[in-house]
Amino acid sequence: MRTVSAPARKLEHGRVGESVLRVDAIPKVTGEFAYSSDLFAAGMLWGHTLRSPHAHAEIESIDISEAVSMPGVHAVLTHEDVPGKKLYGLEFADQPVLAINRVRYFGEPVALVAAEHPEQARRAAEKIQVQYQPLEPVVDPERALEQEDLHPERPTEEAGYFNDPRSNVVRTIVIRHGDPDAEGEVSVSGVYELGIQDQAFLGPESGLAVPDGEGGVDVYVATQWLHVDRAQVAPCLDLRPEQVRIHLAGVGGAFGGREDLSMQIHGALLALHTGRPIKIVYTREESFVGHVHRHPARIWMEHRANHDGKLVNVRVRILLDGGAYASSTTAVTSNASSFAQGPYAVANALVETTSVYTNNPPCGAMRGFGAVQVCFAHEAQMDKLAAELALDPVDLRLRNAIAQGDILPNGQRITGSLPVAEVIRRCAALPVPEPEALPRDAIRLPGGAGNVTRGEGVKRGTGFAVGFKNICYSHGFDDYCAARVRLFADASGELGAEVHCAAAEVGQGVTNVILQVARTELELENITLAPHQTATVDSAGSASASRMTWMASGAVQTACRAAREELESRGGSLASGDEVDVERVYRHPQTWPLDPETGQVQGERAHVAFVCSAMKAVVEVDTELGLTRVVWIGTAQDIGRAVNPQAVYGQIEGGTAQGLGLALMEEIQTRDGLITNASFTDYLIPTALDMPPVDAVLVEEPDPDAPYGAKGVGEPPTVVATAAVVAALRDATGLELTRAPVRPDHLAGLTA
Amino acid sequence: MRITLTVNGEEREADVWAGESLLFALRERLGLPGSKNACEQGECGSCSVLLDGVLVCACLVLAAQAEGHEVVTVEGLGSDGRLHAVQEAFVQTGAVQCGFCTPGLVVATADLLARRPDPSEDEIREALSGNLCRCTGYAKIFDAVRLAAGAA
Repeated sequence: MRTVSAPARKLEHGRVGESVLRVDAIPKVTGEFAYSSDLFAAGMLWGHTLRSPHAHAEIESIDISEAVSMPGVHAVLTHEDVPGKKLYGLEFADQPVLAINRVRYFGEPVALVAAEHPEQARRAAEKIQVQYQPLEPVVDPERALEQEDLHPERPTEEAGYFNDPRSNVVRTIVIRHGDPDAEGEVSVSGVYELGIQDQAFLGPESGLAVPDGEGGVDVYVATQWLHVDRAQVAPCLDLRPEQVRIHLAGVGGAFGGREDLSMQIHGALLALHTGRPIKIVYTREESFVGHVHRHPARIWMEHRANHDGKLVNVRVRILLDGGAYASSTTAVTSNASSFAQGPYAVANALVETTSVYTNNPPCGAMRGFGAVQVCFAHEAQMDKLAAELALDPVDLRLRNAIAQGDILPNGQRITGSLPVAEVIRRCAALPVPEPEALPRDAIRLPGGAGNVTRGEGVKRGTGFAVGFKNICYSHGFDDYCAARVRLFADASGELGAEVHCAAAEVGQGVTNVILQVARTELELENITLAPHQTATVDSAGSASASRMTWMASGAVQTACRAAREELESRGGSLASGDEVDVERVYRHPQTWPLDPETGQVQGERAHVAFVCSAMKAVVEVDTELGLTRVVWIGTAQDIGRAVNPQAVYGQIEGGTAQGLGLALMEEIQTRDGLITNASFTDYLIPTALDMPPVDAVLVEEPDPDAPYGAKGVGEPPTVVATAAVVAALRDATGLELTRAPVRPDHLAGLTA
Repeated sequence: MRITLTVNGEEREADVWAGESLLFALRERLGLPGSKNACEQGECGSCSVLLDGVLVCACLVLAAQAEGHEVVTVEGLGSDGRLHAVQEAFVQTGAVQCGFCTPGLVVATADLLARRPDPSEDEIREALSGNLCRCTGYAKIFDAVRLAAGAA
């Protein structure tokens, strides 16, 4: 059975602060690294999921009789076969394991099939007779507030939130800061909209579930948080947590899209039902409905300021479409609220954010998590305000840049590192490449080789954007990470160490971080990282919120120091065969929730720390054809301290690409709730021809609360890139461009 | 149906269903999961292999079409336990993050450098534009191609 994602991994050299080659790079370039879709076990069957073709419908009946008798089929399961809790969810259990009487989104799982060949499973699924009574789908988030409640039991009520009695509200947050009616000498306002972005990780949802023969199950899966998967899987199977062991299989990208469950419960159900290992691999089309997306948003903002450029009051209304189930929508709502005014000090603010249930694709975590949407809006507003005041846009941002000692609209005083003015200055100082002469090779024209002009309609523009967001979980969440360190003496008497930490390696490089920290703390050569699993170590929390470097560093540092103390108490050495084995839990400084009525933080901090970034983009637009080319991107990013500089640059370049994608091409299209572009033919992500060079500057101002001062780096580039690229398009065209992604018809002036 | 083909220099037999792709046969029948299954419709390049020396998406070739032909996958690029120069360059430059696109990009880069030992920037971008990467933003992949070209 090939079920371990990689052998125990050892870093050959490197401590905190050094560029170190990835420990998993060699198995990844040779094809040996076992991703969740590469697993195999003797006697394995293939699982397949029958999904709803409707966005909203009653299920009148399900007849599995013909499907069960198809060749090679071993099981066909519906909600009646779920032995435990029928509902699950990341934060609120509002989603059926398999649809019960009603489907609420296109692609919702309805039934499962296990068969000997994946094609047999697909064909059997086609023979399951489901009688649907289609219902009018709730697809407009504004109308949703007055339409039928899709979840009449209101799963998110009584969670300590503001009580909003309107239909379909997932969460409403109102933040009142200073005098929300304060007037300025000038005012600019605008309405901004963003479409649905997909994480589009390349490794499809997949995994292997293996029954243990004693009623329990092992699930090998690509996920972002092993222990929260177990907490959701076990109750639905009616098993004790220790009977469900989640193992991290190789993860082909995540970006938030693997926070929620995909095949975990389904595979385990089929495995326990058939007594055979079950492999499930989604197709790309299925992947587009198999995970949550970035929330589409409608945002109104008004900025009031004085002639000297100082912001007086920022007034914001945000509407987020959460789709059919809650996922992490409540937290995205609070993040959008927290960062709505941008990284600027403002004495007065009114921020009202509402997220709703609809029959659109469910939305949840994606890199940037609410901060991307508001950055697009607040940066457009800052440019508008600069134009109104006839000030330089960079200068306007510097005049308002938030700094230590300033207070956020939620009442939190900035105490840690947040070098906003520094990232603005460093980014603004980056030299922009000279314009390239025309005519030129079509591959370097907007639109690339498809552009058959000589570039007559090409205009160039430059855009600038600044953004910030939180690191780690916020608002009173008990955010912790465990690590276990085993010191041993090998046969030759040499001291070695094995580190256990369940921090999910999703490609971001946390495996290296863990080993670099262990080498720094233990000063040993022989250190390996054990496979990630729930059975051998406590939770690491989620590989999300730019938190994993901070949290895993804290946990591994704490456990290593405890192991050294234990070793010293035993005289500083171990006899062959002896060992020290300690597990420690690290928690970051405490945070507090917001008051449901005032939106003000109920303690010292709502967020433990912040990270900021500035970006400058140069674009060319063929204004006649509506085609674009991003020529160059420069960025300065606050990173606290670089644990592994090579990996930091990689995160910045990759995060920039995802923000560029949302600016120019990435949108899940729906019609009456049905996704119409669920493929890489129709959902476009940036290719090698779309990405410009990214000139990145690291701003290292260590955070006093962070282990080694290191902040997470994954999200900030994505937060600012969409805003920066669209700002450059506005500069090139003079158009307002209030919606992302910007389409060719917007740029050619055919639609607003 | 039973097919015989040469994979990474070895003659192999596989019992396949007529509708199976070469990618499925490599991954599920022949124990070579290095070629990846990201889209299975020829858009992402993750399953790039050489079929009689020509770069193809293994998901768009039927297993049965490979009967009697020669296939080289990412597992067959290195020799004598040593990495291919392109593989080594991807490791050194940090071109690998999640790595799911890496096998396809390694094969596509090896193919490019076999045809154009010293490609221009535009040639690199165009040659790799059929291989999607979601993690890196491509910058370090371009570094890897340049490093491998210099080493070749």
